[in-house]
Amino acid sequence: MTDIGWVGLALSLLLVVVAVVLSMWERLGLERGIVWAATRALAQLLAVGLVLQVLLEPGVSVWWGWLWVVAMVGIAAVTVQRRAPLVPGILWLAVLAFAGSAVVTLGVLFGFGIFELDIRTLIPLAGLMIGNSLAATVLVSRRLVAEFDEKRGEVEARLALGQPASAAAHPYVRESLRTALIPQIETTKAVGLIALPGTMTGLILAGVDPIDAVQVQAAVMYLVLGSVATTTTVMALGIRRRLFTPDHRLLRLTSPGPPPAAR
Amino acid sequence: MTVAGATRPRLDGATGEVPDRGVTVLVGPSGSGKSTLLRCCNRLEAPDAGTVRFRDDDVAGLDPLVLRRRVGMVFQRPTPFAGSVRDNLRVAEPALSERASELALERVGLDRSFLDRDARALSGGEAQRVCLARTLVTTPEVVLMDEVTSSVDPATRLGLEQLARALDDVEVPVIWVTHDLEQMQRLADHVLVVVDGRIVHAGTPSSLASDAPPEARRFLTGEAA
Repeated sequence: MTDIGWVGLALSLLLVVVAVVLSMWERLGLERGIVWAATRALAQLLAVGLVLQVLLEPGVSVWWGWLWVVAMVGIAAVTVQRRAPLVPGILWLAVLAFAGSAVVTLGVLFGFGIFELDIRTLIPLAGLMIGNSLAATVLVSRRLVAEFDEKRGEVEARLALGQPASAAAHPYVRESLRTALIPQIETTKAVGLIALPGTMTGLILAGVDPIDAVQVQAAVMYLVLGSVATTTTVMALGIRRRLFTPDHRLLRLTSPGPPPAAR
Repeated sequence: MTVAGATRPRLDGATGEVPDRGVTVLVGPSGSGKSTLLRCCNRLEAPDAGTVRFRDDDVAGLDPLVLRRRVGMVFQRPTPFAGSVRDNLRVAEPALSERASELALERVGLDRSFLDRDARALSGGEAQRVCLARTLVTTPEVVLMDEVTSSVDPATRLGLEQLARALDDVEVPVIWVTHDLEQMQRLADHVLVVVDGRIVHAGTPSSLASDAPPEARRFLTGEAA
């Protein structure tokens, strides 16, 4: 087992000093930002570590782990809402997306006994799943709103031909989903060739046999892929529902000034 | 009909009737509410107050998907979809035969060689003709045309006007929105003048000179435009 200890941690701060010195040297003006980021990261990790230390004591109920998952879903949903605020009711939609994804992905991992259900497995896996789908969820939301805004004329022309909202929206939903999913597919393809992924690196550093580490890593990558696909699909379909009225009209989200229809 | 807007109502108690034949031109200055009025006719917009009646039926009570095939619409900017012209026509009617596709193009003055062309690579005028053909594929009873000539060349403008007249010949009434008074004179059997979200005059083109109220006349003489 690798244990760097507090002294090791303090010495690793030298690398932050390197970043600060480079920023000063090139007059990037990022020194404060770097120091703040490094400090904040350490504080957050320590806080999480302390809580985990308590939760991982033998005999702690797994329900505390589920409670942790609920909190993570909430925080992720608030983040999506802050980064893609135009869609009405996006907060609850994001909660639904992450919760739905948790049910599907954790259901497979624990339901088939791939991992043993335990606080020690539940919290990190749920964290990986939510953390890695966050960016794609934000991306699909913003992309879809932009797509309906830019292609408004096309969508309305489809509606005017008598297509229902679901059919009229489909090409644009598809495009946004592809935009959000392709980076994840590319990352999955390139794994191991360019960078060793985090889970595997962590396990190897902690002294685990590389092949065992690879097995866990691969399962984690599939977890992330499945979770990104689930959250983005739920988001895209949910946003589509919210942007159309029940009588198949496309709502207007950005209407500062006179709308184009009034010309 | 009233339709709320961001700063002021886009339609403010507009009331009027469109005859069930010929070409009716909705004319008025930019931002007067002509397009909004038109969009209420196929339920792309819903009035906040008031009703729209289509042949005695309140359109709010009709299935919007059926209504929109009975009341077709062509938009200000051409809206070709990705894919070939044939693909575009098949969005309107997935089971459209090759022969019917050719006839649809013929009807708008394009030959069949267009069927395989990329709809998004067409000129503005060609694309607008394809959009009209696509709308006609749904065999609408009425066609709404929203400033359809504002982004096309002069030859296509006259071509589209002729196509609107030709629809009247086969007893498909047309509602045509424009702010172009000369176009109105060329095209209209019946005119509704829209100013500030209200229909301020309705009648034949020749009635405008004699019967139009002051607010309509101000627009017609160019003062309000």
